[in-house]
Amino acid sequence: MRVVEKRQLLSAEEIDRTLQRLAHEIVEKSGGTKDVALIGVRRRGVPLAQRLAKCINGFAKVEIPVGTLDITLYRDDLSTVAAHPVVQSTEIPFVVDNQDLVLVDDVLYTGRTARAAMNGLFDLGRPKRVRMCVLIDRGHRELPIEATFIGCKITTADTEIVEVRLQEIDKEERVMLVDRVD
Amino acid sequence: MPQRLRHLLGIEPLSAEQITFILDQAKPFQEFQRHPLKKLATLRGKTVALAFFEPSTRTRISFATSAARLGADTMNLQAESSSLKKGESLIDTVWTLEAMKPDGIVIRHAASGAADFIARRVDIPVMNAGDGTHEHPTQALLDALTIRDRKGRLDSLNVTILGDILHSRVARSDIHLLSKFGARITLCGPAMWVPRELECLAPNIHREPRIETALAGADVLIVLRVQSERIHEPPISLDDYILRYQLTPERLRSAKPDAIVLHPGPIIRGLEIDPAVADGTQSCILEQVTNGLAVRMALLFQLVSGAAPDAPHPAKENFA
Repeated sequence: MRVVEKRQLLSAEEIDRTLQRLAHEIVEKSGGTKDVALIGVRRRGVPLAQRLAKCINGFAKVEIPVGTLDITLYRDDLSTVAAHPVVQSTEIPFVVDNQDLVLVDDVLYTGRTARAAMNGLFDLGRPKRVRMCVLIDRGHRELPIEATFIGCKITTADTEIVEVRLQEIDKEERVMLVDRVD
Repeated sequence: MPQRLRHLLGIEPLSAEQITFILDQAKPFQEFQRHPLKKLATLRGKTVALAFFEPSTRTRISFATSAARLGADTMNLQAESSSLKKGESLIDTVWTLEAMKPDGIVIRHAASGAADFIARRVDIPVMNAGDGTHEHPTQALLDALTIRDRKGRLDSLNVTILGDILHSRVARSDIHLLSKFGARITLCGPAMWVPRELECLAPNIHREPRIETALAGADVLIVLRVQSERIHEPPISLDDYILRYQLTPERLRSAKPDAIVLHPGPIIRGLEIDPAVADGTQSCILEQVTNGLAVRMALLFQLVSGAAPDAPHPAKENFA
């Protein structure tokens, strides 16, 4: 599959500003930070969750717990993909029972990842509440799932791909809209 | 990423990279064993046939539990209750199982090469759960996982294997696996169980009849079960064996202070291993059992999930 870059959706500064805003929103809408914990969905949700926790620590002076969730085992397309599925570790170093969890991911698209992530979380316990925070909401939902905290909402065509590139993983920092050329 | 496995028939044909990949894939499943809710739906709708033509308790339960925790169903064939007694051949039994449309088959058989023989004749992934005195690859993988966890590495270890090595498929798979990571392997046991030919399995293997010498400088000790069903034919009594080869706390002191002790089970306390060693801090025997689940879950996930990569489904073939 070949792709062409169409346009930049967010620059490095815009990503940073968006995360600052999201961090404030999370604290505001949670009425503080009591029981709040962030769960980054692999892969790019992980650095985003860590950055949000750092932001929150910056202004609220609280260390909120951050976990990492791998959803490979919960995907609904395992019996169809011939690709080689690779499982990675889920590291949630706290008890999720009665926690006020915020799932963090880079892009909200069909909602299938969020569904898988929720199944994964509930295998670990019974959180008090689960909300979702995404950097980009690009529409095209296939499940009744919405995010509470949205960095940027954009309209896309089904053939387009939103590529979030983060320093920690991609050694560059921006969000691009690219198009598939088949 | 290494080439995707179709079957797991033995350790010998695998590359170090493929082994490392399986061990890395087992890590998330180790964590999973600590979850309050040990049930996934990952392989829901898949069926794994467990064909044990030879009695087995731990390996069969381990595979069955691994499949269950991944959400797969199992079909059980046990040597004691099967039509084998009525004279059906191995391949007919396997084809009968295959006709019930499982998505993978785990096989244990007394004949060396049985798993390979089956793999050439069926269209589903085959996992070898022990074939004669040839290989027991999942045991070697869980041993390697245990060693890597405790030692922090698999490379260049001094490994001593004690006991009936000639008849042990575990020893053979362990030797193949650890040699691929540059292990120096010492084999120790009564002469008739440690023939010279074993030195040809891999480089850096040597035999040492005296246990104290064999243990000197060892990082890892693998103690094998004395198969008492075999011990009365060769000229060594159990008392003699205990006297000369039992792993005791005194003998364990010859190894490195942080050496670890592995045993594939079932252990016979007071025969090949002193209870103080089996229950001591250097023993990894129960960790091995837990790691067996992680390795087998990782393997089932790799081999049984997804659509078959090469063989097209017969129904689709007819359709086209």
